[in-house]
Amino acid sequence: MYKYDQYDQAMVDARVEEFRDQTRRRLDGSLAEEHFRPLRLMNGLYLQLHAYMLRVAVPYGTLNSDQMHALADIAEKYDRGYGHFTTRQNIQYNWIKLEDAPDILADLAKVEMHAIQTSGNCIRNISSDHFAGAAADELVDPRPYAEILRQWSSFHPEFSYLPRKFKICVIASDTDRAAMRLHDIGIQIVKNDAGELGAAFYVGGGMGRTPIIAPCINEFVPLDQLVTYSEACLRVYNRYGRRDNKYKARIKILVHELGKEEYTRQVEEEFAHMLEQGVEPPLAELERIKTYFQDPDFKTGLTDRADRSDPDFALWIDRNCHKHKAPGYVSATISLKPVGGIPGDASVEQMHLMANLAKEYSFDECRVTHAQNIVLPHVEIGRLHELWTKLEEAGLGTPNLDRIDDIIACPGLDYCSLANARSIPVAQKISERFAANGKADELGQLKLKISGCINACGHHHAGHIGILGVDRKGVENYQLLLGGSEAEDTSLGKITGPGFSEDGIVDAVEKAADVYLAHREDGERFLDTYRRIGMDPFKEALYG
Amino acid sequence: MAKELGVSPDAVQFRFRDDEMVDHGMVTVDSFVEQSNASAVRIEPGDDARELLPFLDRLALVEVNFPVFGDGRGYSAARILREAGYTGELRAVGEVLVDQIAYMRRCGFDAFAPDSKLNEADVEAAFARFPEVYQKTVDGAAPIWKLRHG
Ligand code: SF4
Repeated sequence: MYKYDQYDQAMVDARVEEFRDQTRRRLDGSLAEEHFRPLRLMNGLYLQLHAYMLRVAVPYGTLNSDQMHALADIAEKYDRGYGHFTTRQNIQYNWIKLEDAPDILADLAKVEMHAIQTSGNCIRNISSDHFAGAAADELVDPRPYAEILRQWSSFHPEFSYLPRKFKICVIASDTDRAAMRLHDIGIQIVKNDAGELGAAFYVGGGMGRTPIIAPCINEFVPLDQLVTYSEACLRVYNRYGRRDNKYKARIKILVHELGKEEYTRQVEEEFAHMLEQGVEPPLAELERIKTYFQDPDFKTGLTDRADRSDPDFALWIDRNCHKHKAPGYVSATISLKPVGGIPGDASVEQMHLMANLAKEYSFDECRVTHAQNIVLPHVEIGRLHELWTKLEEAGLGTPNLDRIDDIIACPGLDYCSLANARSIPVAQKISERFAANGKADELGQLKLKISGCINACGHHHAGHIGILGVDRKGVENYQLLLGGSEAEDTSLGKITGPGFSEDGIVDAVEKAADVYLAHREDGERFLDTYRRIGMDPFKEALYG
Repeated sequence: MAKELGVSPDAVQFRFRDDEMVDHGMVTVDSFVEQSNASAVRIEPGDDARELLPFLDRLALVEVNFPVFGDGRGYSAARILREAGYTGELRAVGEVLVDQIAYMRRCGFDAFAPDSKLNEADVEAAFARFPEVYQKTVDGAAPIWKLRHG
């Protein structure tokens, strides 16, 4: 994985000192909260309901074991013994003191990490496929492209006070595991007819209160123009994105209001101009970065069979392991969704353990997924049983990837000051309900996502089943959505009808699941059945 | 008489040029484009800096207003002017704060007239903070990729 050189390290160290100085000025009163706010946000520090929350960037979701250990140490030293992995492949700490924040950033810098631009109206941490460099179906490893964009977007002087936050995602396979088209810019690395690599740009997608699937505005940007083209997309947005209404300020609204053609025309015009400005790093820089993403030394002649005599183990393999490009290996997902747990939470001990396992079984690498789980990308099939046994002992062996209890949930009203309703208890109740009624097995793949308000951090629009917390006359109320997907068949869920109480929504999810079980045909997932039979049978069951 | 447009030269707290400060009447982008032989113009966030491009050789001072520091359009305006070869004074005015001033400089501003005076030591520290930069802009700084590859 990528390693900082002296330049990268100096930038991160300088940032720590800058934030230390800003915090000092805030604490002595010389910097007003109003002016401090965007600065602390650009360092990932939010003021939540009970305390500060610090969001640490995990670039394209990749961590080594030293970094995971450091994240655990921070949870122990400065928080209450937990970290929370997020839908942006980052980690958040919910109980941070302002005066500790500079020290935490200094601890992070020691392991080549930071919280730069994890919040604020700037270009955020760049996300990617959690199976990058491992998946059998990828064209190339997308992370070198994400890294070149990470550097370009860090401390960008023109694009640090955008109309709104800006999220970029880079993938390189037709299977989309990163919700690419629901980003401000989604990039897919593709090959053209001449066999050259390039980048397809999808611009203006997003969730929030106005979910939009990004249209493709350029099918092939040559790799030596990647930064230049991004710069053009951003400049048009910075100049013309709406600033009169925070809810209309994302680039999706600009692209939507101008129309894809007009937005594209303006970008192309700016692009032609930017090409003359020489803003693109040379291809040698891309080559330099790529050397850090070489395949590890995969062994050959390994067995591709695991001993499946233990049924629990066999189940975990079937559900939580993903096909690897190297024979004899798989990518194994560690579920952070035990029955009744808080989705995405890991304790200090669990983080240390995952770090050790990454080192021992996966070439010192692990990944954070946007579904709030952890992946060990390169595990020998012959050692899976050993690994699984250790996970089981630590309560990390839940075999539920992409199933109804593998719930994505935002922090909601338990932490977030913007929330209308709690997300976490709803997730807990649903996973307990389906554990008790035994239906989870039968349901197979069913992605359930919960947001505590319209901002959609829990991706509810993109859930096969989505739940949105709203406030109804001061009472928490939950709307149910069906039919969303954030995979390559991206679609947005539709609201079923009137909302439900906290207990009512758990019943409603079960009813929707029952409709599927009653109507499904061979091999259909929940989503397929919904797409075939439509909303009516579900409405009938829910409200009839 | 209408209030004169633009800040007074006395309000300029930091200036990184050696030439004489321009002290002529300043006009809006609209009136500049329509008529004038003015040599000083003031850009508001909604103005299109590119309208000035045909007249750059006539301009000696462009003032870019930041009514609120969070509105970043002025950064693009500045960079566009510099990219087009404008060499006159480019002055940031309005809510210009310590923590944005280095970015402004990188986008081509070479004079600053903050609404409220800034602590000079803080500003000096802000300019000196980051040893290198990741992007090529218009300030002449060699980006890190250039340092890596020559
Ligand atoms: S969706 Fe709303 S409640 Fe949930 S984390 Fe985002 S802003 Fe907070």
